[in-house]
Amino acid sequence: MVSTGRPGADAVAAKGWFPAHKWLVLRRGSQLLILSAFLLGPWAGLWLIKGNLSSSLTLEVLPMTDPYLLLQSLAAGHLPAMSAITGALIVLAIYLLVGGRVYCSWVCPVNIVTDAAAWLRERLDIDKGARLKRQTRYWILALTLLLALVSGSIAWELINPVSMLHRGLIFGMGLAWTIVLLVFLFDLLISHRGWCGHLCPVGAFYSLLGRFSLLRVSARRRSACNDCMDCYAVCPEPQVISPALKGVGKNITPVILSPNCTNCGRCVDICSKDVFGFSMRFNNEMEAVS
Amino acid sequence: MPMTDTGQSRPRAGETAPGLPARRRFLKETARLACGVAIVGIGLGLYAESARSLPPQAIRPPGALPEPEFLGACVRCGLCARDCPFDTLDLARLGDGVALGTPYFIARRVPCEMCEDIPCVVACPTGALDKRLTDIDDARMGLAVLIDQESCLNYLGLRCDVCYRVCPVIDEAITLDPQHNPRTGSHTRFIPVVHSEHCTGCGKCEKSCVLEEAAIKVLPARLAKGRLGRHYRLGWEEKRKAGESLVPPDAEHRYTLPEGTRYEHGGRGLITEDERRETPFPDNPLETLNGRKEKR
Repeated sequence: MVSTGRPGADAVAAKGWFPAHKWLVLRRGSQLLILSAFLLGPWAGLWLIKGNLSSSLTLEVLPMTDPYLLLQSLAAGHLPAMSAITGALIVLAIYLLVGGRVYCSWVCPVNIVTDAAAWLRERLDIDKGARLKRQTRYWILALTLLLALVSGSIAWELINPVSMLHRGLIFGMGLAWTIVLLVFLFDLLISHRGWCGHLCPVGAFYSLLGRFSLLRVSARRRSACNDCMDCYAVCPEPQVISPALKGVGKNITPVILSPNCTNCGRCVDICSKDVFGFSMRFNNEMEAVS
Repeated sequence: MPMTDTGQSRPRAGETAPGLPARRRFLKETARLACGVAIVGIGLGLYAESARSLPPQAIRPPGALPEPEFLGACVRCGLCARDCPFDTLDLARLGDGVALGTPYFIARRVPCEMCEDIPCVVACPTGALDKRLTDIDDARMGLAVLIDQESCLNYLGLRCDVCYRVCPVIDEAITLDPQHNPRTGSHTRFIPVVHSEHCTGCGKCEKSCVLEEAAIKVLPARLAKGRLGRHYRLGWEEKRKAGESLVPPDAEHRYTLPEGTRYEHGGRGLITEDERRETPFPDNPLETLNGRKEKR
């Protein structure tokens, strides 16, 4: 069977709207919940969590620090104080457990912006646009570390749209909205999924953690796949699906092992045959399809 | 595929060996990628260089590392700003002209109130605000400078004294030095004088200066302070330290004088042994000088 409508039409027809959008709704919930936890302090005076995604303090005890930022600081020649190191280790442990790029899909505020751009792009039938290499982000990641090393300052933070948006929302935006708009327009008109999927070094850094992370998506019912291609259409990193989904008979694990899978769960939602589900890295079991 | 110069597999001009197009494409794409990233890198690097210059009115929180190190240490989390009870600190926004996201304050807007427990330093997770700063009086955020002597009310001879009164380190960081008022000829001006040894750069003086534009301003120490040559020694200091002058006492000066005269240093001056000899000048040279003045 080949899908006729927009991606997701089959899933909605087969499962109903909510089951076909469950993880998406949860994900937006998570993004907004984390953001509002940060905003509760400045807006309502309720200080659950202070700071921003770069470094924060929850309930006055739990420090969390962005390990990528700390790495740049180290490259710049500063040995951070204990609190920041502890915070970075806590964050590292969390993402090693749930998947590095869970940061991208469940936490990062820019994801809402680029998802909106991708959604609108699909609605407006804009073609794929400029083709960037997906490994560009690793080059940029290396570049940010090199710049820190050479300049002795955290140069990337001068233009990082991720921290700029998050800090802007909490501490005041200034002209940062222009950069956010730029990312939106870039993704909408210049390159499909250009920022998060090709350029962002923050995502690139977290993907490195994904190489070892425990929680993964598995195509455990892949024999039920009817090749409707909806999962490829909605996946922000569609190249990660193939090995797991198309590995039938090649003795390849159904677990999506690519570190660039963001564990967003869109494929789980969109599949009318329920091929995908959340699973563990070493769980190679497959479900029999009746 | 490695090429050898013996086999028939060597490609002629215009042909390509199997595997070469892929390799060529790989090299081309890699070069393109490297170029693109290098352009971004150079742009960002240059921007980072220009972002180093902190505007002089932007003051870092107490304990901030020297600016170049600070920019490598601060992660822009804003925890210092959150724990400041007076909302003194701002995180730089895009367009503020301060390195994006880093904390600073403008003294004329909100000065540092110099909390004894220094909560901003305690809150800093990275040590960009140095934890070794435990006494706020040791903070050196900048240095107050009475920058406009032409409009300072105390310089004009009035008793404003506000900067002196509000100074948290009163009588040490700012003192009032009495000076003669040359305009009236009969009054005293009380000149506010800042002493870098004690000034923390909190900016309370600048904030409270009653003028429309403050006459006293906090500047970064690099702009406000001069520095003596390292080999300079202040003679009076050295003398005090040694307990005596380090220069040997003057040898008695010998004048070359006409025969029959001598000179008494600190005494009668020029003495003519032979009193009969007449000179056109009086004994005291001042008489000649004063005499000329009277004629005029």
